[in-house]
Amino acid sequence: MTSTVDGAPVVLKLERITKRFGALTANDDVSLDLHRGEILALLGENGAGKTTLMNILFGHYVADEGTVAVAGTNGTLKELEPGSPHAALNAGIGMVHQHFTLAENLTALENILLGTEPLSSFSSARGKARKHLGDLMQRSGLTVDLNARISSLSVGEKQRVEILKALYRDARVLVLDEPTAVLTPQESDTLFATLKKLASDGLGIIFISHKLDEVLAASDRIGVLRGGRKVADQPTAGCDKRQLAELMVGKSVPESTRTPQQPGAALLVLSQVTTGTGRDALHAVDLELLSGEILGIAGVSGNGQGTLAKVISGLEAPISGTVSLNGKQLTRSSARGMIDAGIARIPEDRHRDGIVGPMSVAENLAIETIRKPENQRFGFLRFDAIAARAKEAITAYDIRCQGGNAPARLLSGGNIQKIVLARTLDSDPIVVLAAQPSRGLDVGATADVHRRLLEARSRGAGVILISEDLDELMRLSDRIAVIHRGHLSSAERTENLDRGTLGMRMAGHSEEQAA
Amino acid sequence: MIRFEPREPASLSRLILVPVAAAVVALALAAIPMGFAGLNIFKAYGLMATGAFGSLFAFTEMLTRATPLILTGLAAALAFRAKLWNIGAEGQLYAGALAAVAVGTGVIDAPSFVLIPLVVFCGALAGGLVMLGPTLLKTRLGVDEVVTTLLLNFVILLFVQMMLEGPMKDPMGMGWPQSEPILDAAALPKLMARMRIHGGLIIALVAALGVYLLLKRTVWGFEIRAVGENANAARHAGIPVTATFIRVGLISGALAGLAGVGEVAGLKGYLTADLSPGFGYSGIVVAMLAGLNPIGVVVAALFIASIFVGADSMSRATGVSNYLADLIVAMALISVLVSGLFLRFKVRFVGQRHTEGAAK
Repeated sequence: MTSTVDGAPVVLKLERITKRFGALTANDDVSLDLHRGEILALLGENGAGKTTLMNILFGHYVADEGTVAVAGTNGTLKELEPGSPHAALNAGIGMVHQHFTLAENLTALENILLGTEPLSSFSSARGKARKHLGDLMQRSGLTVDLNARISSLSVGEKQRVEILKALYRDARVLVLDEPTAVLTPQESDTLFATLKKLASDGLGIIFISHKLDEVLAASDRIGVLRGGRKVADQPTAGCDKRQLAELMVGKSVPESTRTPQQPGAALLVLSQVTTGTGRDALHAVDLELLSGEILGIAGVSGNGQGTLAKVISGLEAPISGTVSLNGKQLTRSSARGMIDAGIARIPEDRHRDGIVGPMSVAENLAIETIRKPENQRFGFLRFDAIAARAKEAITAYDIRCQGGNAPARLLSGGNIQKIVLARTLDSDPIVVLAAQPSRGLDVGATADVHRRLLEARSRGAGVILISEDLDELMRLSDRIAVIHRGHLSSAERTENLDRGTLGMRMAGHSEEQAA
Repeated sequence: MIRFEPREPASLSRLILVPVAAAVVALALAAIPMGFAGLNIFKAYGLMATGAFGSLFAFTEMLTRATPLILTGLAAALAFRAKLWNIGAEGQLYAGALAAVAVGTGVIDAPSFVLIPLVVFCGALAGGLVMLGPTLLKTRLGVDEVVTTLLLNFVILLFVQMMLEGPMKDPMGMGWPQSEPILDAAALPKLMARMRIHGGLIIALVAALGVYLLLKRTVWGFEIRAVGENANAARHAGIPVTATFIRVGLISGALAGLAGVGEVAGLKGYLTADLSPGFGYSGIVVAMLAGLNPIGVVVAALFIASIFVGADSMSRATGVSNYLADLIVAMALISVLVSGLFLRFKVRFVGQRHTEGAAK
């Protein structure tokens, strides 16, 4: 596959891009070529500078040094005006962000046309646009109902609208930021098939990812960024997973694996739990978590796993059904109540729910236990004790920071997650709820999270692992249940499941599959 | 093109330098209209400085003016730290003053050491209770406290006027709408003979220290900061968010109520409906100038008070309206808000490049 690309003209040339944020060099002398008809995967850990590079390309940031050049319609490279998304769009660069930039209350057609129509002659152009889009859909295989409101579309369909939007603007270069993060495995396969088709029609495609499997499966060439520098740029053929992982991290990463272990008694039991209304609400959810097991919850984002986490975190009370721990019903549904009952909660959005950014690392480590005697006396904080325990936790959990007094917001995502792990796991909880615990984390930090969860398991705690990453779920979980539209399937042993089955269930085909 | 880039936390020296620079900028900007008014700018500012610091009398007058500003500034600063937007310090001040005259004008006869604490307590309680309503409406029903606290100011002021025209009107007041005078035993002691400076200043300074320690050293303060900086994370970590808001509302209202106590029981001696020339609103400016720091509130209140007192004095000497003081205060606030941008961001000027010409 690579050979077909070699001779193709360059459509995008990033030359010696350097970008600094204060002391941090986010991109360090990065050069990159993209050829016509090529799929380039940009691989790197979080914080490696992938997104920064793409933001420079798209004009959101201005590079301190270096240039971006794009091929015009006649094929000659022309330097792009820095710092102007408008110029990037005009030069034929289309970007599909991880978080879609669609107006939910407009139709797919309106979203695609948004910003392309002159204010006069509003109605007359629609027919032509519709025809043009029809051609595009037929050629690319990206079919969507143009008249459907965005709010009624699935995530995969929304993504198709985003891609169509870029194609409609005559994109010659398409950039996708973590495109599979929100898709089922089947949807991902469809997406990659589409991308290959688009590439064969001459589109240059860059997709950003940290998932090694899909990078190997779907790209022609792989560029690896590490610490802002480009450490590899090679054809995909001939790459293997282990080698790429090492390139990404700079060292070999031991993968945590689960050792067989006999689960114990039931710890946390949800019985017929139902919450309010909406797509994310739970419907009569039954769940039984055993001691010494990791119970995986698979599902496409937005199918109720967020609500499930809220219920177990004590942030949302079910309108019916019961939650019990060790056979005792938990009546007081509050975060405090759950913490005191011995449930450790790792929130899905660690920046929003996990830390108070402006407060110090030490304060964030103490926040759940601030009223406990070890942290206060007569309502006054015991600074020495808090600082001492922070120092221990920073060492024990290898939190990389400038000390306990540094504001937590300055830490990287992985280190913020370590703060959350340290404060929740340190008290030897009975139950651990880990919601998307490795989302957005790099390989090293992910391995660390996995190790901690497995440690809790071997200690006899029950772990609920909510994740959208099937590889993670299958590697760590003893049993996996699938959540779809608020219904939770019964958990099955991981040995008896495969990706295909799980993918079908995640898309809501459980009955047919089970039959 | 101007670009803003986030910067690391500002150093202490920068935290102090920037507001001072903002004050200087404000004075420089205010000099422009003064020049148009035909004043000699240096002479005018000289007169202002003399008016605020030139004599023992001027200095104590300035401190007297700063007293309520410290308390309303603390009320705003504490509430804003929790992101509870209490715009109602003016009304809470009047509620505190009303409670002070209600118990301090003869209903109870007791010696000073009983009556003064009682008056102070009742004033603080009244202010706190006034803020409790909007706080509960916010936590229970999600009603925007900016609207409720702001509107309550007018409700309370009208209520005070009603009381002063009716049940609490001084029969010996020659028909003026004012309350009976505070008993001598209930009045806050004067700090200096023949000067107006009174015990309210001590209360204000103790309150500033108290709020500082509360925020910095206590569990409550920890919870207030956590709720203010990230209520979601605080709730997730099991911090009682609602209770924290109620606590903050009560304390904030009480601080504003104390300002009212000081004005009636320390300064005026009786309550009128024009007791406060907007101390509650100026308190917000004080809090913002101080960067919501309780110790900074004291400094900012002294600054604002010296501008007001100095401008009054200058206005008498030159005939220029003392609205100039409002102008300077407004300029100072704008300067500080803009400078806050410089504390949080590095500002870089990026040269505009031409699309076509840039291709090399």
